[in-house]
Amino acid sequence: MVGLLLVAGAWALWVAGHNRLWREAGREVVRRRPLALAMVCLFVVTALLDATSWVGGSGAPDGGDLVSLHKPRSMIDRAFPIDFQERSYSAPLARTEFYGGAPLLHPGKHLLGTDIIGRDVLHLTLKGTRVAMLIGGLTTLIVIPLALLFGVTAGYRGGRVDDAVFFLISTLAAIPGLLLLIALITVLGRGPVQVCVALGITGWVGLCRLVRGETLKLRELDYVMAARALGVSEARIVFRHVLPNLMHLVVITFVLLFSGLVLSEAVLSWLGIGIDGSWGQMIDQARDELSRDPAITWNLLSASTALFLLILVVNRVGDAVRDVLDPRTVREMW
Amino acid sequence: MSERVLEVRNLQTAFPGPAGPIPVVDGVTLHVERGEVLALVGESGCGKSMTAFSLLRLVPKPGRVTRGSVRLDGHDVLALSVPELRAIRGRDAAMIFQEPMTSLNPVQTVGVQVVEAIRLHERVSKAAARSRTVALFERVGIPDPGARFDAYPHQLSGGMKQRVMIAMALSSQPKLLIADEPTTALDVTIQAQILDLLRELQRETGMAILLITHDLAIVNELADRVAVMYAARLVEEGTREAILGDARHPYTRGLLSSMPALARRGEPLTEIPGTVPAPEEWPRGCRFASRCPRAIERCPLEPPGEFALADDHLVRCHVVQQEEAP
Repeated sequence: MVGLLLVAGAWALWVAGHNRLWREAGREVVRRRPLALAMVCLFVVTALLDATSWVGGSGAPDGGDLVSLHKPRSMIDRAFPIDFQERSYSAPLARTEFYGGAPLLHPGKHLLGTDIIGRDVLHLTLKGTRVAMLIGGLTTLIVIPLALLFGVTAGYRGGRVDDAVFFLISTLAAIPGLLLLIALITVLGRGPVQVCVALGITGWVGLCRLVRGETLKLRELDYVMAARALGVSEARIVFRHVLPNLMHLVVITFVLLFSGLVLSEAVLSWLGIGIDGSWGQMIDQARDELSRDPAITWNLLSASTALFLLILVVNRVGDAVRDVLDPRTVREMW
Repeated sequence: MSERVLEVRNLQTAFPGPAGPIPVVDGVTLHVERGEVLALVGESGCGKSMTAFSLLRLVPKPGRVTRGSVRLDGHDVLALSVPELRAIRGRDAAMIFQEPMTSLNPVQTVGVQVVEAIRLHERVSKAAARSRTVALFERVGIPDPGARFDAYPHQLSGGMKQRVMIAMALSSQPKLLIADEPTTALDVTIQAQILDLLRELQRETGMAILLITHDLAIVNELADRVAVMYAARLVEEGTREAILGDARHPYTRGLLSSMPALARRGEPLTEIPGTVPAPEEWPRGCRFASRCPRAIERCPLEPPGEFALADDHLVRCHVVQQEEAP
């Protein structure tokens, strides 16, 4: 799955690098939002580090137990000692347990404290990055081809095809999104891929409508007529004259959809149908901890902060991308 | 009679309307001979462009050619299959459009677009197509053609873009160039340059041009023969001298007398009274009848037939016919 995402990303960058317009747009985005872009890269790298894992080299003095020895550990896991675990809650940098005051195994080492079963919160938060990236990336990878396929065919062919696609879109749009999501996840199951598919199925409608409208406009433009007058085939017109002129929409939607999707996963987690290990799930679990006395806040705070930061920087970059690529058409949609 | 590149007979193109199809081109018959410039003249909305689109079956949906025949260099265009039609478009007849600003794909360099056009009809390598493109750019008067190859449309002026469009149209050496108001969107000095270029190219390559325009000054510059269109029908057709010097149809005369260059100094320009009637208000007879200063009783009732004043001067008008052949 990660490989697929990487290949898609690399391909997009390669194509963009070979086209002067895209190169210039990319440079402009970097110029406008250097900090946010750097943060996004940081998130991506964290996710990638967590995605590369292998078995062995536990580093524990006694070699660890057999189960943990044969469990693949990612680069992020390896940044922490293998037995980096307490018995229960401990506050950030505390030397004793939060309730009872028993001494910790690793006093003062847990930067963000530990959760109810003693796992390091910093470790969990970092691992959450991967889930967030997976949701955003994989879902957009499902949404974009779907939306392009249906949107372009509907817009370009018009007539019956358009009616059929629009019927589908209206039907999907008529069902409350969250209900459909819950239903889909109940049917498909709760794995990360399944959740992404469910989010994809509910999420392509907006982009599809946008693409259809834009295609309707493009197909009437003079250069499409000029191409037709030169004897260019319809398929070639779609691929050379319509699709490239839609790409700015796709890029903008990719960035803006990304943060929206990560947020909807948090909502799903709150309902108890999210992906294991996501920030949403951490926040969901931390709800009860707030009512304890004294309250446990670090769990909630670190997951929320991470989520907030990711959404913030992605949105900042998204704004810049939108301004650079298209100052006009997309704003109404969001 | 010399060879005819284009022969159109009784062409009718219609769009569906609430009360049956509305013809936007109605019984147009014309021909273009090899190496000749035929100007199709008329005011906005009279069906000039739709005639041009019909020739290559480019009429936008839901309109369609409902009657008639189009023979383009021996091919019966209206009977061709889609792949055959594609092979003809661009190779036998190429088209340039009114609006050079939007006639080029904004996300591709202009050079790549011309290379595409060349490789569409000929199997040549990219490098060969590229050098031919640069040569074409040079031919149509684009300065520094090598560098312009990699320019995007937004980096070029309107006149340059129209030159690129002409280069693209010429890329497959078409026998007929359909120029749909090629200079309307350009300013006057550029207009003159583009017209000069078209005339030069026409002399050099011997291609025929079907020039669609509402500007009689351009007709005077470029055309060999002129066909005048009013409300979807041809009203008068003849050599440039015949039409500009000895127009007989009241509509053509009205057009000519409303032209500043031909009017006498100090006298107000005359205009044709009224406006073009909408298709649903067309009279059964001559469609100009309601605005015609010379209309007689039968004009709105009976469509006038074609009447030959000379071998190469045709007119459709009851009044003229009555005067000439009582």
